[in-house]
Amino acid sequence: MRTAIACALSAIFLAAPAFAQTTPPTSPSEEEVDPYTISDANAGANPVAGRDLFVVFHGHEGIGRIVDDLVAQVQADPRLTEIFKASDFVRLRRTLKEQFCYILNGGCSYTGRDMVSVHADHGVTTAEFNALVEILQAAMTREGVAFSAQNKLLAKLAPMKRETVTR
Amino acid sequence: MPRLGVACFALVMGTPLAAHAQEDAPSIDIETGGKLKLTRGVSTIEGQGGGGLTPWALITGNETDRGVGGTVHVTAVELPDYSFLSYGGALGLLDRVELSYTRQEFDTQDVGAALGLGRGFTFGQDVWGAKLRVMGDAIYDQDTWLPQVAVGASWKKNDQSAIVSAVGGADDEGWETYATATKILLDSSLLLNGTLRWTNANQTGLLGYGGNLNDDHELMGEFSAGWLLSPDVLVGAEYRMKPDNLAIAKEDDWVDIYAAWAIDHHVTLTGAYVDLGSIATFETQRGVYLSLQAGF
Repeated sequence: MRTAIACALSAIFLAAPAFAQTTPPTSPSEEEVDPYTISDANAGANPVAGRDLFVVFHGHEGIGRIVDDLVAQVQADPRLTEIFKASDFVRLRRTLKEQFCYILNGGCSYTGRDMVSVHADHGVTTAEFNALVEILQAAMTREGVAFSAQNKLLAKLAPMKRETVTR
Repeated sequence: MPRLGVACFALVMGTPLAAHAQEDAPSIDIETGGKLKLTRGVSTIEGQGGGGLTPWALITGNETDRGVGGTVHVTAVELPDYSFLSYGGALGLLDRVELSYTRQEFDTQDVGAALGLGRGFTFGQDVWGAKLRVMGDAIYDQDTWLPQVAVGASWKKNDQSAIVSAVGGADDEGWETYATATKILLDSSLLLNGTLRWTNANQTGLLGYGGNLNDDHELMGEFSAGWLLSPDVLVGAEYRMKPDNLAIAKEDDWVDIYAAWAIDHHVTLTGAYVDLGSIATFETQRGVYLSLQAGF
């Protein structure tokens, strides 16, 4: 295992110059990630039109509660243990909040990686993707977001299945 | 150092391959479950995954592209002059192929006596079906208008050969093919479906296939729409065009309004109010449709 880490580090060292264009933001509580180019395009969807939906989601606070709830449920769900095994949940919470806020036209920037890179090594299946959808639906319902409004966000997230589900 | 480098290189390069090989070795690992509720459809009266009267492009069973699933159903329709029952099972393979069998029984009650067939005379029919999903994804392709499309075929055999002939039906068995397209517009919480069926069935074949007015297969349009009220509830309406092949009795298009409730991932209950028009000269056959579907 130690050898593997050493090798991984050397692999990162070798591969890094090829796409080191921007230093990603980090906080002390987050693990380091390989450098990548920061762009809202990494969010995987264009924002919805207008501010109405952001308001329906109760703004930054509402999105914060939904994502915290989502991540807590994900950690507790045996269906998803395997794919989130190596996840940095601090970073996941931050980037998911940014992503939802950006897509809901809440005026945020998305600073996370693109959907292909993020999920490349997770081996996510359709069943796991759907489990995540159900957990998100439950979290949005607990936040008091109407089902029809939930579907407007899900409509933006749904096509990401093509980048997310790899097996 | 060079030796370590080589070993390291081999490990880095080899690990994914080894892991891959390990994954591939015990590859017979068939999964069940994984679909979102309602996205397998309910069971039509002819056994396909779909609405109540018309098939959808969705594949029955809870399986995803990595597994198998299946459903069984029982459906009853109570009409002023008749009662209809269908029951059967269907298999979904890899969310790609659907195979189904359904038994239909159409009890003529007092009409049977009036027509000289005997009270409670029952037409029975076996329906074998296959459906193949050919393109698109009704649920996830929310960034395009392209629907999920499937093609299917049914073969049906009616028990009452002599009576089918007597009412003017040309054949007691028949086949039909169809193409169906389903789109969920999540943004509006809507489900839309259109089906084109190539058929010569009289009252879905319960009165035989082809007849003295027309014996050829014709193209019939079927449409349905649904509004998702929650992850568990879909309400909507269906319309099914039908052939009119028998001189003895005109046949009407069918229409219904329905509500489907996925009680959980396994059981779905559907209720509808159907208007089946004129059936064997008895007009205005409107009534209640109830269907229970269980699956994995």
